[in-house]
Amino acid sequence: MTIGASSDPGTSAAVADEVRRYERRVAIRMAVRRVAVFVSFLVVLAFAYTGYKAFGGAIDDAQTEWPVVGSFLPRSDDLTMPPLLDIAAEVSVPPQRNNAKPLGVFVLEAALFTLREAALGFFLGVILGIGIAVLLVRSKWLERGVSPYIVASQTIPLVAIAPIVIIWGRTSLDWLPFTWEDWMSVALIATYLTFFPVAVNGLRGLHSPAPEDVELMASYAATPNQTLVRLRLPASTPYLFVAFKLAATVAVVGAIVGEISAGVRGGLGRLILDFAGRYTTGPERLYVSVAGAAALGILAFGLVTLSQRFVRAARVRESVST
Amino acid sequence: MTATRVAPAVEMVLVSKVFNRGKPNEVLALDDISLSVGQREFITLIGPSGCGKSTLLRLMAGLLDPTVGEVTVNGKTANQARADREYGIAFQTAGLFDWRSVQQNIELPLQLMGWSKRDRRQRAREMLTLVKLEEFGGHYPRELSGGMQQRVAIARALSFQPSILFMDEPFGALDEMTREHMQTELLRIWDETHTTVVFVTHSIPEAVFLSERVVVMSPRPGRLFAELPVDLGARDFDTRESPEFFERVTAVREALRRPDGVE
Repeated sequence: MTIGASSDPGTSAAVADEVRRYERRVAIRMAVRRVAVFVSFLVVLAFAYTGYKAFGGAIDDAQTEWPVVGSFLPRSDDLTMPPLLDIAAEVSVPPQRNNAKPLGVFVLEAALFTLREAALGFFLGVILGIGIAVLLVRSKWLERGVSPYIVASQTIPLVAIAPIVIIWGRTSLDWLPFTWEDWMSVALIATYLTFFPVAVNGLRGLHSPAPEDVELMASYAATPNQTLVRLRLPASTPYLFVAFKLAATVAVVGAIVGEISAGVRGGLGRLILDFAGRYTTGPERLYVSVAGAAALGILAFGLVTLSQRFVRAARVRESVST
Repeated sequence: MTATRVAPAVEMVLVSKVFNRGKPNEVLALDDISLSVGQREFITLIGPSGCGKSTLLRLMAGLLDPTVGEVTVNGKTANQARADREYGIAFQTAGLFDWRSVQQNIELPLQLMGWSKRDRRQRAREMLTLVKLEEFGGHYPRELSGGMQQRVAIARALSFQPSILFMDEPFGALDEMTREHMQTELLRIWDETHTTVVFVTHSIPEAVFLSERVVVMSPRPGRLFAELPVDLGARDFDTRESPEFFERVTAVREALRRPDGVE
């Protein structure tokens, strides 16, 4: 397995430096490849969309000749699948007659509104999730007793919780030093989704050190807090970052669904609901807003992935969990 | 201080260890072990896998409690000795924290003990010199070979200058050449630091080359059934090829093959 490089430290230092340089080059190449893959994915998606649109249109025309295929594959026309170029063009058209703002700006503003909710929901969820994981790793008894309820919490539909949280936020939080706004309630709804992967993966990560690592800390008579901070938390970072990526995308979904089910205006959720209601008079608008939601999710995911580069423990041990 | 110097480094009196007591999978891992390790002695525990030699080491380290009997380290209970950081320990896997640089790994115990940053750095540099890895302080564990990682683990274990070093098959995962090199290095470090070493291995030549005394163990339940002094004097490259060395190796091998023992 290991080569006897130890017998000559002088040259080994140079080798280790070379290894480090090589790994940096690989990292850059990987980043470039990732962007290239993403762009080609978009291109493939565009082709697939346009291709199916043509195919679906053909099914429509050939109903009589292809009775079987035509009966289960969805048909396509300009209403169900507006041409890509029309969707792109719609971005610069104002969605309302009395509003001069083009649709693109409209969607962007809504996306920023939703991003604020999602970001707050993400950070609250991360804090809550790590807090729960740290608490559970401290006691086997708690872990066994509480874990089922954490899983059970995720079976309660968001649609049921959302209005409760909104009303509760409007009526019983007036003691806070700042004014509680609806978007904060939506962030809480998103938190409900984001804490879960962080707690579950975080707990797994906190349990991940080898028995010998734990024994080593015990041999130094380390306190539980020292073991947590110096061993368990750094060891859990690769697991946590997997959870953070999940939580980031889920936070966006949670914020959008929260907006819709709580009737909060200003974000992507409400926008999607509005454009869905007026679909027949302009399907492109819905497509643009959905694309905005997707972009927001990808942005959130990308930001977390990028931040991982700056955490050594997560970067060095990335291969552990992925 | 003087009191601890008089006491043996490790003293075990009629120690037994039972795992899963009272359950269907109850196992008697160690039976009636009595053993004394002198200050500055280099002693090796040898036996086939499953003979409880690692368990024995963990009892000495206060990482496990004996079911019956008493373990004292430097005149204190094993647990107290652990709390007082009387010993350093190294395992088969180097067990370096890969998010910490080599230097930071060596500093870990000092950091836990609340040393100042400057003192930590100073001591880590001394330890790097001791294990001949001066240039590697800023490197990360995965950039190092297995042998180098083990040397860092030894430096970490000795960083706070404990009087005892416990080693659990530390060279077990290394190739033969690196292994022999590490053995020579360990003897040099032992000589320079005046540390007591309790070394667990299943390699007969390793036990003979390293230690002043080899303790042979039998499996299931783990018992001591032979103690062989190894009076080879100072070791060097030629020791491994001397007839006396082979004599001792044969003696240990014979001890391991006793009828009530292995195979």
